Amino acid sequence: MKEDVSVKHIDDVVVLFSGDSGDGMQLAGNIFSTVSATLGNSISTFPNYPADIRAPQGSLTGVSGFKVHVSADQSYTPGDQCDVLVAMNAAALKTQYKQAKPNATIIIDADAFQAKDLEKAEFKTDDPLGEMGIDHDRVIICHMTQMVKDCLADTGMDVKSMLKCRNMFALGLVCWLYSRDIQIAFNFLHEKFAKKPEIAEANIRVIQAGYDFGHNTHSSAANVYYIDAHNKQSGRYMDITGNKATAYGFIAAAEKAGLKLYLGSYPITPATDVLHELAKHKSLGVTTVQCEDEIAGCASSVGAAFAGALAVTSTSGPGICLKSEAMNLAVIMELPLVVLDVQRGGPATGLPTKSEQTDLLQVLFGRNGESPMPVLAATSPTDCFDAAYEASKMALEHMTPVVLLTDAFVANGSGAFRLPDLNEYPAIRPPYVPEELRGTWTPYQRNAEGSRYWAIPGREGFTHILGGLEKDNLTGAISTDPENHDLMTRLRQQKVDKIPVPDLHVAGDVNDADLLIVGFGGTFGHLREAMQTLRQQGYKVAHAHFKYINPLPKNTAEVLKKYPKVVVAEQNMGQLAAFLRMKVDGFVPQQFNQVKGQPFVVNELVTAFQNLLNA
Amino acid sequence: MAEHTAQDYKKGQPRWCPGCGDHFFLGAFHKALAEIGVEPHDTAVISGIGCSSRLPHYMATYGMNTIHGRAAAIATGCKVANPHLSVWQISGDGDGLAIGGNHFIHANRRNIDINIVLLNNRIYGLTKGQYSPTSPRGFVSKSSPYGTVEDPFRPAELCFGARGRFFARAVATDAQGCIDILKAAHAHKGTAVCEILQNCVIFNNGTHDSVYSKPERAKHAIYVEHGKPLVFGENNEFGLVQEGFGLKVVKIGENGITEKDILVHDAHCQDNTLQLKLALMEGPDFPIALGVIRDVEAPTYDEAVAEQIDQIAHKKPYHNFAELLETNDTWEIK
Repeated sequence: MKEDVSVKHIDDVVVLFSGDSGDGMQLAGNIFSTVSATLGNSISTFPNYPADIRAPQGSLTGVSGFKVHVSADQSYTPGDQCDVLVAMNAAALKTQYKQAKPNATIIIDADAFQAKDLEKAEFKTDDPLGEMGIDHDRVIICHMTQMVKDCLADTGMDVKSMLKCRNMFALGLVCWLYSRDIQIAFNFLHEKFAKKPEIAEANIRVIQAGYDFGHNTHSSAANVYYIDAHNKQSGRYMDITGNKATAYGFIAAAEKAGLKLYLGSYPITPATDVLHELAKHKSLGVTTVQCEDEIAGCASSVGAAFAGALAVTSTSGPGICLKSEAMNLAVIMELPLVVLDVQRGGPATGLPTKSEQTDLLQVLFGRNGESPMPVLAATSPTDCFDAAYEASKMALEHMTPVVLLTDAFVANGSGAFRLPDLNEYPAIRPPYVPEELRGTWTPYQRNAEGSRYWAIPGREGFTHILGGLEKDNLTGAISTDPENHDLMTRLRQQKVDKIPVPDLHVAGDVNDADLLIVGFGGTFGHLREAMQTLRQQGYKVAHAHFKYINPLPKNTAEVLKKYPKVVVAEQNMGQLAAFLRMKVDGFVPQQFNQVKGQPFVVNELVTAFQNLLNA
Repeated sequence: MAEHTAQDYKKGQPRWCPGCGDHFFLGAFHKALAEIGVEPHDTAVISGIGCSSRLPHYMATYGMNTIHGRAAAIATGCKVANPHLSVWQISGDGDGLAIGGNHFIHANRRNIDINIVLLNNRIYGLTKGQYSPTSPRGFVSKSSPYGTVEDPFRPAELCFGARGRFFARAVATDAQGCIDILKAAHAHKGTAVCEILQNCVIFNNGTHDSVYSKPERAKHAIYVEHGKPLVFGENNEFGLVQEGFGLKVVKIGENGITEKDILVHDAHCQDNTLQLKLALMEGPDFPIALGVIRDVEAPTYDEAVAEQIDQIAHKKPYHNFAELLETNDTWEIK
């Protein structure tokens, strides 16, 4: 055992685990992030999976990746390029190498770089490293497959089961490289496989083997690293994806409001995990109905809202087009409904597994008639919880459909989530018809906030008929009276306009920034990092990020007009910029638009903003 | 449950054209609900869009007159979220079988406990006279001035094809016939389809003439009743027998046919072959079948959802949000 390997303290590392779809990269990544989070680091993860269900094994289209960003400070994004690339086969190396920093450490399983593997990965020679111009000094080449087999030889496991543990070898090696306490990983596996202790034991042996391999050979790394942990907020944490956090937010809101949670949905990537998650929790009384189509998903939720549930419908991509009709029904009937749109690449089927922010104008305006609807956009995987809770509260208290926008990046990414205490969350109080209105109440009578009252079927004395036809403001009967329609249109608009939302927060050089960076929703982390990088370089910049888009925060115009230059950066062709120009007189922003289906890259943002600042 | 009269379910002044079949049906519906006796506030009447979909506005119950074609989906959410409610869906042939066709078949397949009233006048009335998915081939209308070149749906066939467990038919002008099937639909657990043959006096007048009046029904309709022989005619002189793969009309007393030879109706038979044949009969060679044609028990969706929730609640160790959080792998930062 050599003693001359030094431990360097660092603040930040990005590890990309990549391999075949079946190689368990997500589990390895999850354990690595959980171990790091337990040590007090900030974590942010992002899976990148292929659109095909099962591409041929070892093929270029079958590669799936899982990126983990571990940081001493707040980590806002899963990182641009990685410091360590784990490539479980030749195809993974070929497709993922472009995501590695020039000096990144590459870990490969030499046993998965045989002639047939190279052929599937479309290498032309038997020297893949040479072909890609990768310096051998940076590569830890290990015979992972063989070592896993040897390590488990005496367990009686069949080879196929043994090879499923290969991901744990890579994990063990990475844990050694970053001085992670593997006992935490062992505990995790004991819990995860509590009912299958032999599986837990096999995985643990392989992690240890991977760790020992690194330790004994020092591989080709000159240093091992320790990622420091600053800013720890005490409390209990879990790793959570955006979709799971969204589902949890709905569950929490239903419980707080004392209502049954109903989800009407239709499977669609990348929103389906919300349906999966909620379908599990029947013991909480959650009802999920997998409908015949997107239309029925939304329409049945409108029915459930009428019947007195916290009604939610979830979708993505073309699904939001199909739901528009029933969303509009909820607008005119003034029923509470949350419409979750996990944005993906479009138009039409577009890029089903990739991320964009291209549905903003559609959810704001994409319905017939004057159809005002509040819109919120979650800013990070963990923020999905609060955003789902707030969207539910808004819908229930103001008797309106509310759109909650997330996106594939936020939905599939994960972060360390401090377990919330529901007692600290605001009460949810729907405007049920007060008993004193018995006998005089009419369906479109409004409270002080301008909301219609809610009378739930089953309650004696409050029978009424709602509908998609315009109604008389006073009697609730069908009306085509021109003055009444004009009035009802205004009342519905005013109700949404009056919903209170928090002020727009500005971070950075609040008072003297030369450039204000503006974004919304899932790009929060990338824009915030770009701002911090620019400030470290000596620029005066600030960042304001919209979570509440309709209604806009009251101080929106004030903030946007305060700075000499404003850039609106979004993953579309300028939809937020267009909306802000419409809402703020004389506002003419610069724009940064990218529609690649991939998260922003911080370095690209920094360069673009430098150009604006230097112009 | 208090005693109720039809008046307790009635509200407002219907605006349908004078003579429209919907008036007749509405009267029968009020009476049927009074006889069924479910409280008006425990009843939800949900429609789509179309002439007949105005019906909820004339009900003193909870209800919604929603959007075109979606009533079945909306009624599904309403029933699942609040299984205590008695849920009635009112749809026309365009609303229920054209734009709403997908929801119609899936409601039947799922067997959610809602009653679907399909008011079939074989025409789009509210949009002023276009052919509907139940208009016969060759039908001349404003949108088919030279006659349609497509075959219609036969509602029973669609219902049975979607594994429907209840199908009944009545004529709008036949109050007792309507009341009988509406009560049977209410008593049936699961999706119950009631086809109401209804005349549009403006755009498709006379479409159901062969059974629209009592004397015509005596000649051209057969009232089917579970366990009773399938006889019809002004003096019950005709009957139905099985011949080969089909049905045949026979005259009792002729060719040695006696009442014993007549087929006895079995609405509870799981196999829907003969029930479908009954439902598809039409003139001039066959009478039109009225009454409960199929009524078969099967697990209902809403009950199964509630049962599963109950079962899982007993199995799983977490019952509120705080306990749910505890089911995750967590770590502590001090």
